[in-house]
Amino acid sequence: MNQFEAKVSIRLRPSVLDPAGEAIKSAASKLGVEGINSLRIGKLIEVNLEAKEEKEAKEKIELLCDRLFANKVIEDFDYDLKEVNE
Amino acid sequence: MSNFTVGIVVFPGSNCDRDMLWALEGCLGIKTKFIWHESSDISGVDSIVLPGGFSYGDYLRCGAVARFSPLINSLDDFVKTGRRVIGICNGFQILTESGFLPGALTTNKNLDFICNDCELEIITSKGSWFNSSNNKINLPIAHGEGRYFCDEDTFKELSDNDLIALRYLSNPNGSSYDIAGVINKEGNVLGLMPHPERACDSTLGGNDGLFTLKSLIEFS
Repeated sequence: MNQFEAKVSIRLRPSVLDPAGEAIKSAASKLGVEGINSLRIGKLIEVNLEAKEEKEAKEKIELLCDRLFANKVIEDFDYDLKEVNE
Repeated sequence: MSNFTVGIVVFPGSNCDRDMLWALEGCLGIKTKFIWHESSDISGVDSIVLPGGFSYGDYLRCGAVARFSPLINSLDDFVKTGRRVIGICNGFQILTESGFLPGALTTNKNLDFICNDCELEIITSKGSWFNSSNNKINLPIAHGEGRYFCDEDTFKELSDNDLIALRYLSNPNGSSYDIAGVINKEGNVLGLMPHPERACDSTLGGNDGLFTLKSLIEFS
């Protein structure tokens, strides 16, 4: 078995309002940082997993993203996957 | 009293399960049974309530973890027999997460946790969940993540099939198309953010929730 590390990003779909992002955007301008056109909040999930090969690791991550990590009605996901050596 | 039994599912973090017991048994004389979410044996109940609360701490997304419980796994067969299921608040979130109902529920537009009475318009008569002699009812809401979201295609499907159960008259949370509750195509699954179990005694502010809870046993 080989070890893999995945960094999964979950984002609200562009058509879904992100009120928390809007609140942070407004705080950013109160901090004095101007010129922020948009600010949206997502989630980062880091997974360390075992798999025989990259293809299997990818399948596991795809399944997790599709069925658990993201709700595809409102969210999109993408991920980086790499093999790690102890 | 008939032996009709309503199963009230208890998840870690459910907090409206006892309110539901009070409303069903105390106000309506309907027999109930708590069912721990780890159980997949629902053979002894005639309809099921997924109550409000914060199942699994609402981690990841509301209802996202609860949908993998053994009980939710066995719910599909239960629903296919035509028996009735109602999901209220967190229960509604679980029903959308697990695909029994379309759409999704997410953070309120104004980020507030809203605890208020809401005037609602009854849209569908399908499933006979609401008293058709009334157009409007008042039910309380209590949620931070009750903004119903659906895209245009889903809305069209909901409208064309008469699946919108309730609409807010004054949209409190930014829900798409003012939707407060939806049903499945067969009409035996209802999900809604407002709490009918908290509107079952006029001394507590109203009894517009009685009809919906009573319909758990009177539908055939």
